[in-house]
Amino acid sequence: MMSAAIFTMIVVFAVRYRRRKGIAAEQIEGSTALEVTWSVIPLFIFVVIFVWGAVIYFKERTPPRGATEIYVVAKQWMWKLQHEEGQREINELHVPVGRDVKMILTSQDVIHSFYVPAFRIKQDVLPGRYTTAWFRPTKAGTYHLFCAEYCGTQHSGMIGQVVVLEPAQYQAWLSGGGAAGSMASNGQNIFLQLGCSTCHRSDTQGRGPNLVGLFGKPVQLEDGRVVTADENYVRESILTPGAKIVSGFKPIMPVFQGLVSEEQLNALVAYVKSLSQSPSGAAGGPTVVPSGAKPQESKVQ
Amino acid sequence: MATAAITAERENYLNQEYGIKSWLLTVDHKRIALLYLLSITFFFFIGGFFALLIRLELLTPAGDLVQADTYNKLFTMHGQVMVFFFLIPSIPAVLGNFLVPLMIGAKDLAFPRINLLSWYLYIIAGVLMLHCMLTGGVDTGWTFYTPFSTAFSNTKVIEAGLAIFISGFSSILTGLNFVVTIHRMRAPGMTWNRLPLFIWAHYATSIIQLLGTPVIAVTLVLVVLERALHLGIFDPTRGGDPLLFQHLFWFYSHPAVYIMILPAMGVVTEIVPCFSRKRIFGYNFVAMSSIGIAVLGFLVWAHHMFVAGISLYAALIFSALSYLVAVPSAIKVFNWTATMYKGSITFSTPMLYAFGFIGLFTMGGLTGLFLAALGIDVHVTDTYFVIAHFHYIMVGGAVMGYLGGMHFWWPKISGRMYPESLGRLAALIVFLGFNLTFFPQFILGYLGMPRRYWQYPPEFQVLNVLSTAGSTILAVGYLLPMVYFLWSMRYGKIAPANPWGASGLEWRTSSPPPTFNFDQAPMVDWEAYDYENIPAPEIPAPQISAEEARIAG
Amino acid sequence: MPDSPIAVAHHNPELQHHFADMEQQRDASSLGMWLFLATEIMFFGGMFCAYLIYRLWYFPEFAAASNSLDITLGTVNTAVLICSSLTVVLAVHAAQIGKRQAQVIYLALTLVLGLAFLGIKAVEWTSKFKEHHIPGASFHFEGEVPGHPGQPVDQQHAQIFFSLYFAMTGMHALHMIIGVGIFSYLLYYAWRGRYTPEYHTPLENSGLYWHFVDIVWIYLFPLLYLIDRKK
Repeated sequence: MMSAAIFTMIVVFAVRYRRRKGIAAEQIEGSTALEVTWSVIPLFIFVVIFVWGAVIYFKERTPPRGATEIYVVAKQWMWKLQHEEGQREINELHVPVGRDVKMILTSQDVIHSFYVPAFRIKQDVLPGRYTTAWFRPTKAGTYHLFCAEYCGTQHSGMIGQVVVLEPAQYQAWLSGGGAAGSMASNGQNIFLQLGCSTCHRSDTQGRGPNLVGLFGKPVQLEDGRVVTADENYVRESILTPGAKIVSGFKPIMPVFQGLVSEEQLNALVAYVKSLSQSPSGAAGGPTVVPSGAKPQESKVQ
Repeated sequence: MATAAITAERENYLNQEYGIKSWLLTVDHKRIALLYLLSITFFFFIGGFFALLIRLELLTPAGDLVQADTYNKLFTMHGQVMVFFFLIPSIPAVLGNFLVPLMIGAKDLAFPRINLLSWYLYIIAGVLMLHCMLTGGVDTGWTFYTPFSTAFSNTKVIEAGLAIFISGFSSILTGLNFVVTIHRMRAPGMTWNRLPLFIWAHYATSIIQLLGTPVIAVTLVLVVLERALHLGIFDPTRGGDPLLFQHLFWFYSHPAVYIMILPAMGVVTEIVPCFSRKRIFGYNFVAMSSIGIAVLGFLVWAHHMFVAGISLYAALIFSALSYLVAVPSAIKVFNWTATMYKGSITFSTPMLYAFGFIGLFTMGGLTGLFLAALGIDVHVTDTYFVIAHFHYIMVGGAVMGYLGGMHFWWPKISGRMYPESLGRLAALIVFLGFNLTFFPQFILGYLGMPRRYWQYPPEFQVLNVLSTAGSTILAVGYLLPMVYFLWSMRYGKIAPANPWGASGLEWRTSSPPPTFNFDQAPMVDWEAYDYENIPAPEIPAPQISAEEARIAG
Repeated sequence: MPDSPIAVAHHNPELQHHFADMEQQRDASSLGMWLFLATEIMFFGGMFCAYLIYRLWYFPEFAAASNSLDITLGTVNTAVLICSSLTVVLAVHAAQIGKRQAQVIYLALTLVLGLAFLGIKAVEWTSKFKEHHIPGASFHFEGEVPGHPGQPVDQQHAQIFFSLYFAMTGMHALHMIIGVGIFSYLLYYAWRGRYTPEYHTPLENSGLYWHFVDIVWIYLFPLLYLIDRKK
């Protein structure tokens, strides 16, 4: 590459222009033409590399629609993963070959990072927020899962594996597990238990907004802003409802911070999503969850 | 030669006054430079000791030498000591302090007492840091990410934070001194474009020190307050945002890496022309590239956060800007290479270090381009690839620049020559040891080994063993100069005023210089790097032994 | 730089030996102080940055918390600081025209005003302590979001306001205390007659410092005290 060229030149110059009796150095002040050339050409090369890298990154940050969703909760020092259908796994993730998988990640304590070298993905997992990552496995096998953000004593012990199975084997694995209901149905139970349905009715009479068909759609707030009802919005609305009041409603929703665990939150989010799904199972609205705060997006908590 | 004998006997800054008080209360920039030399060397060995322990632990995949918590403290304190107590001061506080007034023809820096104060602040910070390390240490990583550092770590975060806070002021005051000195105290005739490029490099460095360091200072204050009072500025369970910490931290810590490398580039820019007997190619471009790096360096900080949870668009912008900042560095490398073209090259120890610098810095810089590419960064960030990248620049670059500078100016500083063959041998050992230590780490990172790992999957062992082997060789390479520099102070050949036939005002006064630097105030009417008018020295440089000096004097 | 006998005989006792003449010394000191103030801007800037971000995110709580601050005391303090900057300027002017007694009076006034500022700050902080607005275990905020009576106020978001309030005004107060120390030193030496029309650089540079601390307050006051006050 470039270093080879520079090294070669240096070695050649060092040998060719080593000090010899009677031969004096030639004083050359500089050459603007040369300077400009070797600034512009590298700059051009850099632009090319930048665009190339940016395109890959854009694809990597944009999960495709219809991807299977896995909810991940990281904590010191283990990975807790839950499939939509309800299976829970610790430090292991089973997925079938050839299907898009989108992970919705959050942390219970400090910052971790979900890293699968074989898939070329890495995404920091933050407390108080969801971030996402996605991949499509193309080859069956077992691959390392590492935590890649220092998180304390057992940071290097937070190792797991992603097990990619052929579709048939995956089906077998699915049915073998003790799934206690899908996440969405768990979420529905929690929704009822916590009394959410009292105000969030599926008509316009409720004291709270109707959640049917809400996920993924724009929401008008009473201060005039419009935000998209994504995972972070739903999560924030449960934990600190006063942060965003929907236009036309009063700020009377109780605060659930400290009253629901991360797993329960994930189940509730899955439930609210399911209220927007067509019978075929595809979620309505964009499945893109930007893992950063865009101006109109919901944010922390 | 009689003049050399006179040099050995005359009054200079070293023998002008004896006694510990004359050193601890000195305001002579040259003595303060030596005080810094002793202190940073001390911390270099502490940081190096931690590195050795880390490499020993990593010989085997299992965590079997130290406990996990201990290992976490080792890499944390290795980073903190090396960054804040060695690299950031190193060249500016030792070579800069010594040379800036000499190179511009001044009697001292603008604020000699503030110079001494900055050393005392460094010492206070260092003592606090030592105390912290000896009474429990800190395990947050040198990056102090929240909420781990503010709400989860059980170690002495507050003490470490305060130590670094204080050391920051040492850095700020050094930068302030240099900027004022360079603006206001140049000798008559020393215009901006006759300045040695070492001065331009230190000027740019000082701008960064002045504008960047206060931000890490206030960030550490907020971290300390948060931890002590359980506030919620960076803690999501209390309404705060952990990413805010990262932005504030990296806003300084990225420009900080330019504080660490720009002075080394300045050193190389003095060495290469001298040992090529040629003026530097493209003076203006090299000078402007230093300023360019300083300015652009402030605009790229979030390239440390591409997978941290920032928005896609922010990532795109910071990646693009990161490519921009690579251009001025590339310009420097091309200019050094062009300076060698049609030169008359001597392979002295400083020149060997300069070669090492150019090669290794180029590799480190090019791998930086990989990291700036968003798609690649996702795979290699937070792995050993990054560790290799920054060690190529910090160790292969900055430390080699520092050692090259120490060898180049040692005759001026001490009045003695170091043994040249040992010097070349040590340079070679350092170069080989360094590559064996850090090249395998690029591969390790690419293969997926994350950083800050106490234990690792067995398939990574071979490369780790190679790296550890390299580190022992590197250690030998670093020990050698310590030994022979000390040896030379007693037994080294007496140095003449200009053993290398170098340009620059510092070579027109005696070795070592008198306390007020010049017997006659210089008036400059020649251009920088005036090598066509400076005769090359005979090689080896004309020297007399200490014995001969005593007989003649 | 040439050390001719004539130059040596006539130089000002305040001229430090590494400077060629008083002008160079004065220019260097002045540039040094300006650069130092630039670093202070970056220092406070980090906190202002954090403040601006959280104010954007948590506006209702920030407005409520801001309204709970004592605007009268804040305004008085602002006036006190502005007056103290005036007395500083007058002290420097007195030095420029060689009036020793006027210097002493104005420096003393500056000190008094500075101490008054700190005293009023202490009063404010004490009342915050009594209202349980100091972040920590006993924090509790009872205020109202202006214009939205009855809207619940998130305690954590309010606590962030107060964390930043105390961090910023505390850092500012620390700079005021240092300023008071510097001006005590200046007062003593002014009384001893040290500052003359030929040499009063310490007064000028300390004045710059004091003005800077004043300007920081002039930014702090509206940002912290005047959110959404519609009375």
